[in-house]
Amino acid sequence: MIQTGPLFLRVVAIEPLSPRLKRITLQSAEGGLLPLSQPGAHLTLTLPGPGRGHRNAYSIVSPCDRRDHYQLIIRRAPASRGGSRHVHEVMAVGDVLEAAAPNSQFSIQSQTRKHLMIAGGVGLTPMLSLTSALRARGAHIELHQIAHVDEVAVFEALLAGERNVHIHTGRAKLDLTNLLARQPLGTHLYCCGPQAMMEAARDAAVALGWPETSLHQESFGAAGGAPFILRLARSGLEIAVGEHDTMLEAIEAAGVAAPSLCRGGACGVCLTSVIEGAPEHRDHVLSEAERAEGRKVLPCVSRSTTPYLVLDL
Amino acid sequence: MPITHKADESFRAPFRYANSDAAILRFPFPFPDDRYMYSVNLEPHVRGGPTEAFAAAFDIDEHYISECRERAMVLRQDPNRCLVLPHMMAAQWDTLELLMESLAQDYPEHFSLERAGERWTWTNRLLGLQDRFVFGDEHSLPQAPFEYITRQVQGDFTLQDQRDGTLYMDGGMVTTPADWSLEFDLGMTFHEWHGPVPVAHDIGVFDRALQYLLRLQHGRPVRRLNWTMTVNPRLDTSPENYPIWGPDKATVTPLNVGDKLHLRVELQTLYRLPRSNAILFGIRAYLASLSELARAPKWGRRLHRVLRDLHPDLVAYKGFSRYHQTAIDFLAAFDDGAPTSAGIGPDTDRLKA
Repeated sequence: MIQTGPLFLRVVAIEPLSPRLKRITLQSAEGGLLPLSQPGAHLTLTLPGPGRGHRNAYSIVSPCDRRDHYQLIIRRAPASRGGSRHVHEVMAVGDVLEAAAPNSQFSIQSQTRKHLMIAGGVGLTPMLSLTSALRARGAHIELHQIAHVDEVAVFEALLAGERNVHIHTGRAKLDLTNLLARQPLGTHLYCCGPQAMMEAARDAAVALGWPETSLHQESFGAAGGAPFILRLARSGLEIAVGEHDTMLEAIEAAGVAAPSLCRGGACGVCLTSVIEGAPEHRDHVLSEAERAEGRKVLPCVSRSTTPYLVLDL
Repeated sequence: MPITHKADESFRAPFRYANSDAAILRFPFPFPDDRYMYSVNLEPHVRGGPTEAFAAAFDIDEHYISECRERAMVLRQDPNRCLVLPHMMAAQWDTLELLMESLAQDYPEHFSLERAGERWTWTNRLLGLQDRFVFGDEHSLPQAPFEYITRQVQGDFTLQDQRDGTLYMDGGMVTTPADWSLEFDLGMTFHEWHGPVPVAHDIGVFDRALQYLLRLQHGRPVRRLNWTMTVNPRLDTSPENYPIWGPDKATVTPLNVGDKLHLRVELQTLYRLPRSNAILFGIRAYLASLSELARAPKWGRRLHRVLRDLHPDLVAYKGFSRYHQTAIDFLAAFDDGAPTSAGIGPDTDRLKA
């Protein structure tokens, strides 16, 4: 398949799963089959907002070979930048949305003997299409879900029928070191959830001697940070990046077209050269050496440790 | 003008092979400049390009029927030219789906695909095939899905699995290789199977290409051109068969070089496969003799300059040291010193007689 241009998707169902979670079902607005998705794939929706709108990536939770619809589960972010607020308060059945075709940075590892998954809250969403594809292959799965006590029933329902699933009410209830220490050789860890949870899992795994190549994580919207000023060297534009904005969003809102794709610090498409200032790296692309050097940054997730950051844009 | 699909060409002795004028004009000539060096020359594979060879996702041309027959002959003699490791079954089905969908979309007069849920019917009118099968059930097809479909498409294919931060060659259908062996390379990593290539490692080509490919997206395939020289219109220049084609190198003379020596171009495409996350690598080989190509004046001039000034390590690696000067001398007659335009197109729609 060669995908050209965006997809246009019609909202055909909106189901509240909890006060903070909604499940959205989308079909092709033009009729016909949708592009195949991939296990662990996400869909980037363009949602109404200032400038060119909000572009938010959400995991597809429907099985990846379903081509008649895509389903997403969207959490209302506490400090919503507008995208999830729109989904929860404004979106209606019949709306047509623009989306980039599904893409995955969270793929199944073919040679893995056991697939260990740790999800925090809505971080479960990419695991749902992974588990359905893995089950079809007869793979060995163990899944740990950390849930707010109010949402345990929601996650139980989403995981109904899965074996080897454990739901924990709060992170304190899951002993990561113990869990990781008793895994057999050849286990691959998939982790998705809040940044702090993923860092804790990673640190525990590294401390136990897990190889880097057996650790796989996906983050959605690293929480904000201190505001700073971005200067674009080519145009001389100065842009304020607020506490809850990403650099990429701020650049786009200023009307500058910057390349981007996954918007999650994983694909590397938005990689940009730093001319002045010190970036705070939050991506999964740059090596330790590249981070230390500080000459490159991924504006979709990373921020600045200095009040000014000058980019070669 | 409708294409006549030649059914009786032969890619082994006695050779019977020629390009029509239309086939020469659509040739994917690989040199955008008068000089050649390795680079990360990957670009998005979109439908459309400098010649007609870029019009489809997978190009089918006038040699289709004969090339499929040649593939079947090679597989009869050496079944190990098609090998896929057991963990690549999802990638096999991905390949079958991608090729069937693409061919049916680009060439509805020749191929059609009907689906009723998992029950699929595939019709290939050029080869006179119609098969009904259950998608996902390998026993419902005459061969495993990857072999079944790649027997019906021109060009070699390999399957790369992505893990441990690199790509592994974990399957392939390789009956028309430019002197490399699937059976030897199977299971190797990206840097291992590219080990023999000179110069490119030192200038970082493979490190950068690998980083790019690891991020290759489903639905956004990429392509590049590669090339070598082949004596006679032979597709199976495999290490396994070196005793058969190696001696051909000694048969090139100033009198026969124009017709005997062929520029072999590979239109290489890379597709991320959705279910398996594997990469399908298509190596679509085109052959045209020096005399055929020189009928486009720009191509005659440029081919002379590229071969004349080629880095000696590349001449040795591509295996044409023995007749390199003979080819340059022949092509010199087509190079009047006039400037050539940038890009690979022939700059003409009619060939010299």
